[in-house]
Amino acid sequence: MNNEKVQNIDSNTACVNASEQQHPGWYNLKYAAVGIIFGIVFVKAEIISWFRIQEMFRLQSFHMFGVIGTAVAVGAISVFLIKKLNVKTIHGEKIVIADKEFNKGQIYGGLLFGFGWALTGACPGPLFAHIGAGFYAVLVVIASAVAGTWTYGYFRDKLPH
Amino acid sequence: MMEQIIQPWPWYVAGILIGLIVPALLILGNKTFGISSNLRHICAVCFPAGIKFFKYDWKKEIWNFFFVGGIFAGAFIANYFLMTDAPIAVSPALQSELAGYGLTDYSYMLPKELFSFEALLTVRGFIIMVIGGFLVGFGTRYAGGCTSGHAIMGLSNLQWPSLVATISFMVGGFLMANIILPWILSL
Repeated sequence: MNNEKVQNIDSNTACVNASEQQHPGWYNLKYAAVGIIFGIVFVKAEIISWFRIQEMFRLQSFHMFGVIGTAVAVGAISVFLIKKLNVKTIHGEKIVIADKEFNKGQIYGGLLFGFGWALTGACPGPLFAHIGAGFYAVLVVIASAVAGTWTYGYFRDKLPH
Repeated sequence: MMEQIIQPWPWYVAGILIGLIVPALLILGNKTFGISSNLRHICAVCFPAGIKFFKYDWKKEIWNFFFVGGIFAGAFIANYFLMTDAPIAVSPALQSELAGYGLTDYSYMLPKELFSFEALLTVRGFIIMVIGGFLVGFGTRYAGGCTSGHAIMGLSNLQWPSLVATISFMVGGFLMANIILPWILSL
């Protein structure tokens, strides 16, 4: 892949649809509030359970398929309504969602993430939730994940995309 | 009401609440749902090392650190105030398979035999925690997103590249869980 296209992915993966508006820092607390609900759901619905992820990949339980399937359905209806009704943000800004562009990384990277997901029983969100739940050994997993992301950044020009 | 809250929540309650995060973040400030980007932001803040991929204005993405901070707090609240002492429910088929590898501790949502500082010194513990974590970080960034960014946000916005990514996640997970992991657990 040529360098120009890599640069394109670059601009598409960071700071997409960053709001043009400037707000005081404490405005970010609204995202913390959404995160709190997410964190509670993660624990209460056992989404952070390594056992639940193993059951999912062994087709031994419907639970995780139900969670992800329902979330996609609710998310899709919401996005449809936002576009259809031209819903604005609470600050009156037009809502914009950037399109995802295909590259081979979605296959290669996707498979590698799938390996990691089945090993650790966690995607990135649950990793952070384990720390909140007081299971500090998972800090090792997070540190490795940061190292993995950094290694990708270091080699990305040489990887097939 | 409280009785229902401290019991494990059914999949449809969790699915609806997670699905609603998508419009909540959009309406609160035009933010798209995605967790794994935070791993990149951590690199950009702490170890940019002159790598182009980590040289961007991460301060614009600080909302996502607040989001993750909320996840910490929410998990803390749920684990310390909203739980029963009952062991984690696990399907009998999985229980009998795991017993064959000496995994019988169901007191937390991760098997303590694999996830602890002591387990790091075992071959299987090291592979699962360190190599597994590395693959999560490397793979999500290479794929341009994780379960939240691709499977939930991307599919909600009917993006076919996100469908490709989601199918790849599942294929990788099926291969690992059914073919490679049994061998790792027996080490």
